[in-house]
Amino acid sequence: MSILINKNTKVLCQGFTGKQGTFHSEQALAYGTRMVGGVTPGKGGQTHLDLPVFNTVREAVRQTGADASVIYVPANYAADSIMEAADAGIAVIVCITEGIPVLDMLNVKAALRANGAKLIGPNCPGIITPDECKIGIMPGFIHQRGKVGIVSRSGTLTYEAVHQTTRLGLGQTTCVGIGGDPIKGLDFIDCLQMFQADPETEAIILVGEIGGTREEEAADYIRQHITKPVAAYIAGRTAPKGKRMGHAGAIIAGGSGTAEAKMRALEAAGAVVAQSPAEMGAAVQTAMQR
Amino acid sequence: MNLHEYQAKQLLREFNIITPRGIVVEDPTHAELAATGYLGGDAWVVKAQIHAGGRGKAGGVRLVKSIDALLEAAQALLGNPLVTYQNAPDGQLVSKLLVEETLPIAREMYLSLLVDRETERVAVVASVAGGMEIEEVAQTQPDKILRELCDPLLGLQEFQCRNLAFGLGLTGSHIGDLTRMLRALYKLFIESDLSLLEINPLVITEDGRMVALDCKMGVDDNALGRQKKFADLRDDTQIDAREVAAQEAGLNYIALAGNIGCMVNGAGLAMATMDLIKLHGGEPANFLDVGGGATAETVAKAFKIILSDSKVRAVLVNIFGGIMRCDIIADGIIQAVKEVGVQVPVVVRLEGTNVELGKQKLADSGLSIITADGLTDAAQRAVAAVQGS
Repeated sequence: MSILINKNTKVLCQGFTGKQGTFHSEQALAYGTRMVGGVTPGKGGQTHLDLPVFNTVREAVRQTGADASVIYVPANYAADSIMEAADAGIAVIVCITEGIPVLDMLNVKAALRANGAKLIGPNCPGIITPDECKIGIMPGFIHQRGKVGIVSRSGTLTYEAVHQTTRLGLGQTTCVGIGGDPIKGLDFIDCLQMFQADPETEAIILVGEIGGTREEEAADYIRQHITKPVAAYIAGRTAPKGKRMGHAGAIIAGGSGTAEAKMRALEAAGAVVAQSPAEMGAAVQTAMQR
Repeated sequence: MNLHEYQAKQLLREFNIITPRGIVVEDPTHAELAATGYLGGDAWVVKAQIHAGGRGKAGGVRLVKSIDALLEAAQALLGNPLVTYQNAPDGQLVSKLLVEETLPIAREMYLSLLVDRETERVAVVASVAGGMEIEEVAQTQPDKILRELCDPLLGLQEFQCRNLAFGLGLTGSHIGDLTRMLRALYKLFIESDLSLLEINPLVITEDGRMVALDCKMGVDDNALGRQKKFADLRDDTQIDAREVAAQEAGLNYIALAGNIGCMVNGAGLAMATMDLIKLHGGEPANFLDVGGGATAETVAKAFKIILSDSKVRAVLVNIFGGIMRCDIIADGIIQAVKEVGVQVPVVVRLEGTNVELGKQKLADSGLSIITADGLTDAAQRAVAAVQGS
């Protein structure tokens, strides 16, 4: 088992024939992801990477039965692409694109609330179920099928957590990069809930960072609903207030969103909080042993 | 991107919102002309134009009651950095002043629009505690904060405006005034892709007019591509010069107070690297994310920006090579170190694809690059390098 995606997931790529779409689709195919085609408006009917290209997601879904989609289209068009995928009935939409205007994302979220599709991202590395399905830009080879579920706001910190759990022989069930934007699709709680329900997932690593209060909300949820061991790491203890640290969502605003507050909340909820990014693997091991 | 007060007020006026009459000047003579020739009266407000709050307490907003006092204020402020609690310790250069008329004020209120990330809606926030910092009000008198959330599909409704107006204790024609103002502000906020619009204080004058006495605006950086009108309003003098250079190079850089320069791929890992340095007894000199597709050129540019900070005594490069192979990154580091002529110790931690080949290349380069094994080792070596120098 795993969450959200597995070897049967049929994946579509929006922005398929572009540079990013092409490169990462090649990587996904090499990993074994069941890619079924792509969408580039105006290029319908062509073949790319031996797969069919469609003008619209609706047409692509009709022809291929795709149930997931990955979006590599530029920021100004990405919000429209998310809504197109949702309208076409795609269940899991993964948006890699960085830099979507925040007001566009408010509209997207309003549309998704009515639709029920699950969005991962934007501004994220994607999602992977090792050995089964890789949707996104993460390096596949660092993963190892195993027992830890990982949910993270940061791409490269996800890779660190993956690398550490692989080295410890724990491996991963599914890794979800939820992205660094303030307004995004799935959040910590959604993923915690799915990991809790997934029989293969034995423990969870949560990687957060400064900005917002979703880690604090996750801590409440952990205390009330999560019986599996949880380890956490929060980036940004040394970040100055009021400065946006690379990610659009990583900002301490008006004294809220500090790393300390998040770490305290998670610790109080029973999570093992790693003090160093080098200790995420060790922290989950500790959590599993106690 | 932040706007200056005078730019924000210009936008407000375009949406028929009343602001005090005022003129932007860049030298004291023009300040005098503005006061005597255009504004008239016998008292004026001189406001330093910088991208930071806390101007009032820092002496950047002055009420002057004579031309001599006006000239004195203008001379004191123009051309000098103004340090407030928000931009300490360096402050920001004052190159423009807004000279405004004074108004007889009957009452002050607070008003703002912002994107609320918890509810994923635009929030309109209002308070009777005008002139105070809203964070302070939120802590000390949370019951005085009124909030209406706007459905993105419906926008701000009239009943929500009435909720706020009555909540603020407004009466008579001021109910309609506030409603019209809020609807205009909401339109402005959406049409301009703002991230923050704050009017503090919003005042009612003794003759009953509703006036935006001060205004702060921020624009969503992600929307600057489609908001061409803001291109000319950018003021790079308000930002650290290295941050400007980094922006032009497509890098994310934020200057900090320490002496260990950091070059990292990914924003989360970049923050974590800073934290790690601190954890091991050092102080990071900066945040720098070279991005996922770091090339030799971007690495070279990143080195140049990091080293332009004279405080830097060592550089820690921390790259998790995923799609980008470690041997290519090693080539980039070697090229950059040679090209830029790096004089301080460089500690490199590589992990990911082709890591052994990458480390080998660094070792064979003949350069004094310290290769580290793992995150902790990297931080310890960087801290040791600084303490040894």
